[in-house]
Amino acid sequence: MDAQAQARAPILEALQRYREMRVVPFDVPGHKQGRGNRELTEFLGQKCLSVDVNSMKPLDNLCHPVSVIREAEALAAQAFGAADCFFMVNGTTSAVQSMILSVCKRGDKIIMPRNVHRSAINALILSGAVPVYVNPGTNQKLGIPLGMALEDVRAAIEEHPDAKAVLVNNPTYYGVCSNLRGITQIAHEAGMAVLADEAHGTHFYFGNGLPVSAMAAGADLAAVSMHKTGGSLTQSSFLLSNGRITPGYIRQVINLTQTTSGSYLLLSSLDISRRNLALHGRGIFRKVSEMAAYAREEINRLSGYYAFSKELIDGDAVYDFDTTKLSVHTRDIGLAGIEVYDLLRDDYDIQIEFGDIGNILAIISVGDHNQAIERLVSALSEIRRRYAKDPQGMLDHEYINPVVVMPPQEAFYARKDAVPFRESAGEVCSEFVMCYPPGIPILAPGEWITRDILDYIAYAKEKGCFLTGTEDIYMEKINVVAKD
Amino acid sequence: MNLWYTENHSKDARFSIKVERQWVSVQSEFQKIDVLESREFGRFLTLDGLMMLTEKDEFIYHDMIVHVAMAVLPRVQKVLVIGGGDGGTVRELVRYPNIEHIDLVEIDAMVVDVCREYLQQTACELDNPKVHLHIADGLRFVRGKEAEYDLIIVDSTDPFGPGEGLFTREFYGNCYKALKDDGSLVNQHESPYYRKYADSMRRAHRRIVDCFPICRVYQAHIPTYPSGHWLFGFASKQYDPLVHFDEAAQQRWNALNLHTRYYNTELHQGCFALPTYVKELLLEQEPDGRKGGCAQ
Repeated sequence: MDAQAQARAPILEALQRYREMRVVPFDVPGHKQGRGNRELTEFLGQKCLSVDVNSMKPLDNLCHPVSVIREAEALAAQAFGAADCFFMVNGTTSAVQSMILSVCKRGDKIIMPRNVHRSAINALILSGAVPVYVNPGTNQKLGIPLGMALEDVRAAIEEHPDAKAVLVNNPTYYGVCSNLRGITQIAHEAGMAVLADEAHGTHFYFGNGLPVSAMAAGADLAAVSMHKTGGSLTQSSFLLSNGRITPGYIRQVINLTQTTSGSYLLLSSLDISRRNLALHGRGIFRKVSEMAAYAREEINRLSGYYAFSKELIDGDAVYDFDTTKLSVHTRDIGLAGIEVYDLLRDDYDIQIEFGDIGNILAIISVGDHNQAIERLVSALSEIRRRYAKDPQGMLDHEYINPVVVMPPQEAFYARKDAVPFRESAGEVCSEFVMCYPPGIPILAPGEWITRDILDYIAYAKEKGCFLTGTEDIYMEKINVVAKD
Repeated sequence: MNLWYTENHSKDARFSIKVERQWVSVQSEFQKIDVLESREFGRFLTLDGLMMLTEKDEFIYHDMIVHVAMAVLPRVQKVLVIGGGDGGTVRELVRYPNIEHIDLVEIDAMVVDVCREYLQQTACELDNPKVHLHIADGLRFVRGKEAEYDLIIVDSTDPFGPGEGLFTREFYGNCYKALKDDGSLVNQHESPYYRKYADSMRRAHRRIVDCFPICRVYQAHIPTYPSGHWLFGFASKQYDPLVHFDEAAQQRWNALNLHTRYYNTELHQGCFALPTYVKELLLEQEPDGRKGGCAQ
């Protein structure tokens, strides 16, 4: 990597030049560098509003970049070891969807684990591609879905040689990685593209002792959530490509759904964050890993909690583990993860990423310091002292392998009936049901609704999970595919 | 030379002391540490520009953070002091023959070093064999303790820097756990007057009330602290600092013959009588009233 080149930030520099030019704006946005909206300017700051500007010649255009955005994308590609990089302003959701839409047309098959983020299944509804699910391994004690076993992927490839692509979580929300190099090799041998959802893996590109990144593993495309652990603003993201797919075509696909008014606040945040990671990323993530390791050690000394890590590695469904993730199993103190999550916020003013049935996840990042970690550990110690109870009777799994009856697009657009949840067993679901976060569907369009799944949903609801996805915002009725 | 130290007591109110010379100015991992010399207050210590203590009026703070509890509690043997790297609190504690062991937990080694060198008035007992100094995060230190101490004294900075973790519910909860069945906790409780300090005071009070069955607040006049009106909290699993401060307790304390320039047993009873607006601020933090009210 060329450190001198990486010290540049073309979009930032262009915005600084623009500011100095004191241009008189007769274009959008109508707030005209903040002057037209005093309250907003006061809240966000004049500096911020003054660069919330429209595409123009000196600032390039995200839909068809030829100057500063193109340069910034080239620098990002270099920093991440990719051939091409696309700046994304509609979230990593849009990056995941663009990956899938770039390789799958209507009716094409795509091999993926079922524990993907909703954005991946959304892409199937948009494209009409058909999923071939590989059941992820599960850890019995923790109740969490793991990665895909290499042999399971091989079997899926052999059974569906016409599939166009394999999608891999690198890592899962909990930090579990599949054997990405191995999967990439067998997929490529079968002529399939490999897509990596790296929403939680930005730091893999700058870590020592961290799992392999998608580009290093030879994957074709990767959706990288710069805003999650890379430091950029919420909603900004990268789509990386190793060059096997024509960049012009990927750009066309991105432009199908991405805004034509790309925000320069988001774009400059990507540019500045890329520079920071390229120049200082290794040191930053070393510190993050150390903080997470310290927190795990301290939490594991409080009996009852289990902050898991590399000991889960089994060379297969847990091929590697992301040690920057602080995932803690809470069921043994008799509390659901979501209950610990709520207590941390309500009683201790500590906001963590998510709590599900048996676990919580805290994100440790460049912005953390040791004293915040001490607070988290101490609060967990207090929660155990004050609230721990007998774990008997608690649900012990996060994940139920679904039975897919019809492709997501077909089920989503089918004629449907809204029926009460408790009466829906045996029907085919026509929409999503998930806890958010983590946003991994419990039910997706086209899947059988079973008694087990309904019990799980009722339990999650009772424990205080935030359920989303259905048309009925009160979550009383569920849309099922109508019977003829 | 016209050199002045100024602290903003609020956004729009300042407090200044004419400075004769600066003894030291260093930046530690946690904060900026300065020792200055003045005619009016002698030497004084500031952290991140905020007044911590002066040679002239530190006796008020250290009398009140130590002697009120020590006069109430009959059998204190083991004490934990969190913060207080200047040594003033342990200097007062070592005067009690019944105290056998004091753990002093200060996060910033440089504060201790600076005070040893420039503020012997407070640091003079740091090497007393009863005093065990730990350079550590207070929150972490107390987390590992269970039913160990008779008294915990939280001698912290304001909750706007490294002291923030010492104003949290997890901290007070862990202190509760670290105390014996009849243990008590004293903390510097901020000030009721300026808004920013009053907010800290209320937050601290809410969290202590959540953790301890008995919570009372008392006051002192400290000229160099914002508004001069400063509060302390006394929380306990068993002892009420007024009810249990009976004739016998008063005699017991007076028999120790400790000369204190601020504290005395009459002041003890008076310092729990709070102004009405302060009582109201505190009572707002006791939603169910079950603690009986810190302000009686």
